[in-house]
Amino acid sequence: MDDFILRALLAGLALALIAGPLGVFILWRRMAYFGDTLSHSAILGVALGFLFSMNLNIGILISTISIAVLLILSQRQKQLSSDTMLGIMAHSALSLGLILISFVHGVRVDINAWLFGDILSVSWGDLWFIAIGSLFVLLVLAFIWKPLLSLTVHQELAAVEGVNVGLISAVYTLLIAVLVALAMKIIGAVLITSLLIIPAATARKFSRTPEQMALIAVIAGMVAVMLGLLASFLWDTPAGPSIVAGAALLFVVVQFIKRPAY
Amino acid sequence: MNGDTGSNTDNNKNSLARLENVSLSLQGRQILHNVSLELQAQQILTVIGPNGAGKSTMIKILLGLQSVDNGSVWRKPGLRIGYVPQKIHIDSLMPLSVERFVRLAGKGSRDDALAALSRTGVEHLAKQPVQNLSGGEFQRVLLARALLNQPQLLVLDEPAQGIDITGQSDLYELIARLRDEQGFGVLMVSHDLHLVMQKTDHVLCLNQHICCRGEPEDVSQHPEYLRLFGSIPTDGLAVYTHQHDHCHDLHGDVVQGECAHGGHSKDEERGHG
Repeated sequence: MDDFILRALLAGLALALIAGPLGVFILWRRMAYFGDTLSHSAILGVALGFLFSMNLNIGILISTISIAVLLILSQRQKQLSSDTMLGIMAHSALSLGLILISFVHGVRVDINAWLFGDILSVSWGDLWFIAIGSLFVLLVLAFIWKPLLSLTVHQELAAVEGVNVGLISAVYTLLIAVLVALAMKIIGAVLITSLLIIPAATARKFSRTPEQMALIAVIAGMVAVMLGLLASFLWDTPAGPSIVAGAALLFVVVQFIKRPAY
Repeated sequence: MNGDTGSNTDNNKNSLARLENVSLSLQGRQILHNVSLELQAQQILTVIGPNGAGKSTMIKILLGLQSVDNGSVWRKPGLRIGYVPQKIHIDSLMPLSVERFVRLAGKGSRDDALAALSRTGVEHLAKQPVQNLSGGEFQRVLLARALLNQPQLLVLDEPAQGIDITGQSDLYELIARLRDEQGFGVLMVSHDLHLVMQKTDHVLCLNQHICCRGEPEDVSQHPEYLRLFGSIPTDGLAVYTHQHDHCHDLHGDVVQGECAHGGHSKDEERGHG
């Protein structure tokens, strides 16, 4: 197997590993639009990375975390519904990012690669970034799992029982921001949310506990990554969209499977 | 939130929590005006009032979920509170069994959760998905979760909402019996005084301010109470009490012989569905 295929596969599997458990919460908390906002705004990070000749991974990470902090703060105001706030931020950040990228001289920026991913161009350096980032996300998520689950089920009940709702929610949001930064090169700003949502939705049918659902979502995500890369390898299809199509295919197939007896 | 510095906290060792002259406006609308109350161990305080009277807000203030504009809120240091919120909805995308739902409360083991569920009479539902429960079953599950951390104060927001009348009086019975066993204080919000009447020690009638307070019998005769609720419920909605020679379990099936829930001598306490 060629080196670049191996790197792509490892990067994709690492992403599926964290997208599963983070994605189930996106579903339960109905935060799909929230994920979209964070990932669209990552384009702004690409622009900043180029403008300041920064390491792009770091530039994207800084921008997604800044946007996440903005979102956390904006949720405290109650004038505009959070849906409206997300809509405003998602598309203005995306547009601003695209405008800024158009000012970048010297380098030709392949904007498609950042919108839809370019997993086959993952370098060993990128892979390290993804591996360390994924490990970090997993550890933090394991640490906040129980209170996060509790506040997802019922916020006030969790608060009365001693969960620091604001802090745990904020940490979760920051983890999504890190995931977006890790996923940019693999699957691109536009498609990231699908990797959070589709495997999680596929997993619901076969799970009896929250943890089972997260685990099955990881497996579904990994299968999708392998299917997508295989399609890309065999038929030279674009890798990012192929992974998403693989996840969607899996979701559809699963709908025809008779639900186990629970 | 202001904490009472404790000038009179030692006067009453039974005191669990207190609101003193609490006022709150939200978005320019007065929600509560000059509300004071005290909760004591082993006592059941029922708050009644019309929709929009500020009952739920008052509970949130007491729980520390909502801050106040004026007045002070005092909770006994380290007070363990069990909270039963209004009927809650759990997303169908969340696979969650009843037992797991109860254990979200914190420290409890599986056995503790099952024990709490059996105390509220719903142990048989432990493996069920939470989304499958009826209103009455869910209230008992919520109650079990509230019991898990051995509360000193139990706070219930409209616990009988969406439950039929006999189910409601069963639930009030259960709360009163648990209070007798555990000795915790109870704060309960209810929309119907007559059903809770026998089981409550004090009643507080709230309509943004406190209209009247006292023993349940006194409040039900109080002109302010009658002005808010009229006297129609008294005539039109008599509590249905009758004698049984059998009992029902939660499914409504007839149970022969002694009632499943110990401590009752009167048959009508198990109600009829």
